[in-house]
Amino acid sequence: MVIPLVPGGVPGLGARNLPTENPDGEEQNGMKMPPPDPNIIAKRRELVERLRAIVPGEGVIVDEAELRAYECDALTAYRALPLVVVLPSTTHQVSEVLKTCKEMGVKVVPRGAGTSLSGGALPLEDGVLLGMGKFNRILEVDYDNRCVVTQPGVTNLGISTRVADRGFYYAPDPSSQIACTIGGNIAENSGGVHCLKYGLTTNNVLGVEMVLMDGTVVRLGGKHLDQGGYDLMGIVTGSEGLLGVVTEVTVRILKKPATARAVLIGFPSNEQAGDCVAAIIAAGIIPGGMEMMDRPAIHAAEDFLHAGYPLDVEALMIVELDGPAAEVDHLIDRVVAIANDHGAVSARASTSEEERLLFWAGRKAAFPAVGRISPDYLCMDGTIPRKALPLVLSRMQELSERHGLRVANVFHAGDGNLHPLILYDANKPGELEAAERFGADILTLCVDVGGVLTGEHGVGVEKRDLMTHQFSKTDLDQQQRLKCAFDPDGLLNPGKVFPELHRCAELGRLHVSGGKLPFPDIPRF
Amino acid sequence: MGITTFKPATPEQLADAVRWALDAGEPLELTGTGSKRGLGRPVQTAYALDLSDLSGVVAYEPEELVLTVKAATPMAEIEPLLRGRGQHLAFEPPDLGGLYGQAPGGGTLGGVLAAALAGPRRLSAGSARDHFLGVAGVSGRAEVYKGGAKVVKNVTGYDVPKLMAGSFGTLTAMTEVTVKVLPAPEDTRTLLLHGRSDAEGIRALTDALHSPHEVSGAAHLPESVAERIPAVASARASVTAIRLEGFGPSVAARLAGLTADLGGIDGVLDRDESLAFWRAVRDVAPFRASNPDTDPLVWKLSVPPASGARVAEELALALGDVEFFFDWGGGLIWLATPRETDAAALRGTLAPFGGHATLVRAPEALRTAADVFQPQPAPLLALTQRVKTSFDPRGVLNPGRLFAGV
Repeated sequence: MVIPLVPGGVPGLGARNLPTENPDGEEQNGMKMPPPDPNIIAKRRELVERLRAIVPGEGVIVDEAELRAYECDALTAYRALPLVVVLPSTTHQVSEVLKTCKEMGVKVVPRGAGTSLSGGALPLEDGVLLGMGKFNRILEVDYDNRCVVTQPGVTNLGISTRVADRGFYYAPDPSSQIACTIGGNIAENSGGVHCLKYGLTTNNVLGVEMVLMDGTVVRLGGKHLDQGGYDLMGIVTGSEGLLGVVTEVTVRILKKPATARAVLIGFPSNEQAGDCVAAIIAAGIIPGGMEMMDRPAIHAAEDFLHAGYPLDVEALMIVELDGPAAEVDHLIDRVVAIANDHGAVSARASTSEEERLLFWAGRKAAFPAVGRISPDYLCMDGTIPRKALPLVLSRMQELSERHGLRVANVFHAGDGNLHPLILYDANKPGELEAAERFGADILTLCVDVGGVLTGEHGVGVEKRDLMTHQFSKTDLDQQQRLKCAFDPDGLLNPGKVFPELHRCAELGRLHVSGGKLPFPDIPRF
Repeated sequence: MGITTFKPATPEQLADAVRWALDAGEPLELTGTGSKRGLGRPVQTAYALDLSDLSGVVAYEPEELVLTVKAATPMAEIEPLLRGRGQHLAFEPPDLGGLYGQAPGGGTLGGVLAAALAGPRRLSAGSARDHFLGVAGVSGRAEVYKGGAKVVKNVTGYDVPKLMAGSFGTLTAMTEVTVKVLPAPEDTRTLLLHGRSDAEGIRALTDALHSPHEVSGAAHLPESVAERIPAVASARASVTAIRLEGFGPSVAARLAGLTADLGGIDGVLDRDESLAFWRAVRDVAPFRASNPDTDPLVWKLSVPPASGARVAEELALALGDVEFFFDWGGGLIWLATPRETDAAALRGTLAPFGGHATLVRAPEALRTAADVFQPQPAPLLALTQRVKTSFDPRGVLNPGRLFAGV
């Protein structure tokens, strides 16, 4: 049996902006969520009472005005009021909350700081929103073992700040790092501009304590380097809150590089910039960061921040080298030489920390800068093999014309992770839908050239219905069986990642043909 | 009883074989070239699945930092291919053949990944799982499927390749794997300290790892072990070794800087000596097999790095006649113990420190009877069993290789 994902919206619960069903039954744009279960909504009073018995005081929120604060994450186009919000502060409370919800058949959506760009923390109208904000303490800084043990609600930057005086930091640096939490980072396997050299979240986590939907608490890994047994931490990281609720995290910390310098390089064409990136890597250089912006993004950023970006180029690259001073100076010279060989029209190496930060300021402000030239924008997140960049950019230009919407591109060039920003105006009827169609076309293009739908923002609800473009039914069924091993009732964050929900019993059924001894063509001996 | 072996040449034939196994209710033992049959619990089946024909490079794109090969492609083929383009597998996969009395150079990339093996550079570059980007294979349901992708940055869906790393063929018969490849270092040097106690040696490694000098190897070898590695045997003392790799000018500058930070050193290995030394550490050469009837047991302990010396000290007290050396800044202990060593006693000694122990070399009978891998607490074992079932509901793929029933 397939449970269809149909539009939400229960009268009186204040749902808004979620797509409503088209009476003609036609295919409509916008994501549809599992239909709210009126039987669950009818049990709200009992649920609230039981949750209050577990999390006393202010930790259970039912007031509509207060629930509003949780109605969306950073994918603000989608909103829904949760049935109830619960804010536990201990692992035991999380365990009891989940156990209770499982008993009552209530769905649960975990939430960190709500900075997901893909709707990973979008609430369900018949579900509990489990906010992990009270888990906000760093539990231990262990310099000898180069790790930090922390609660999941601590911010990404909070970890680096805590160990900064000893010259350490936590490497993954998503652009939301001032707000996003380490628990959310684990759910999304967050990256950042430095992940080509230093890895994503998954490469920097040593251990987690996690609560399963039935309330079971398991510990994976620890301060040692290899966890042993199945690499369940590898599956949990990036699972978008579908497998368990992380209640404690051990991350490794690194010594800060001794120096960092950046080179700002302008090219007359995207092709030349793309070739330059390939040549830098072919020369054996893995820069700490390697970013690229196209002309619209360069102009938006420069108009906004006056970082000194050249305006007469088609592509601009920021290449940052970090490490020992001798290495950085050596490599800056090599990178500049490679850039010149590939037709760079300008190449400026930073000579001071202020200048390096100024180079980055424009790039880091690219999203708000684009926000100044357009009322709204959608940020896409595909990854492509870098060699496909010129093709993808020229196709994207065609798509821009077809959909009648502008696009600006920022690009983690080192690892092929594109962030096209689609400019639209939500107040103009149909533009959001057009922007979403444009976005879907870009992402399917990424898959068609050998890439993927998302490099670091996650699938969430945003890209959920495109999953069948990247994965076969068999691929997705197998992933959902894995989900069943953690959450057999499908109560944890349903409606995210997978375009169809299947019952575990059905997924687990095995059809054995029986009897035949086939494969005459397989050699046996 | 004789063993019947199926040798599929394509994923479809492999799926046929697994389908047959499901129908017949006959589990299969999966092998590539068989180089790691001594690692893990023995699989007792009447039928074997020889995957060695699933071999060959599918795509190598150095500029994309990506290599895709059929799963049973020999490491001996992959290493020179990458070397030719100045690249390598940064997790430094070991060749453990010597531990089992085999010639060097055996094994496949699929086997390295399935066993989640990583060498000294695990410390700075991560383990096999960190470089494992994409997988295709046949599940225990006889279904051909894929997970992950063929690009270096991807968070689309569950990270299935990670789960394959260290699964020892108990979830999926892998047919194709995609890994991240990285530039190999231009130059290498190793700083040596002589005559330090285990605790002093590990302290020095910790200090080096706290420096900004980007250490990529950190090992400490007591004298009796060091004397078995030619590159450092002449020290006639314990050896604490710290590796620096990278571009020539960078290595030279860091060598000077770290030497000063450590308050002087006792020697430096040049590039070739460094390569030979770290290969010996990587491949556990000091515990190489000599006589299968009398060779000691070999254990691999993964522990919080700074407690390495204390763990070893406690183990020596508890178990008596042992030998050991440290890698990963103290976080990896290779331990050789007498054959009568009680696994439970060893793990009991380890327990207060955290981490786990794997019995890497032991006679087959012992690997059948004792826990080869660290036993898991009941809730975790239950989850492990459910994960196994989600891929292999009838237990036809390498049953019992990891744990009884898994």
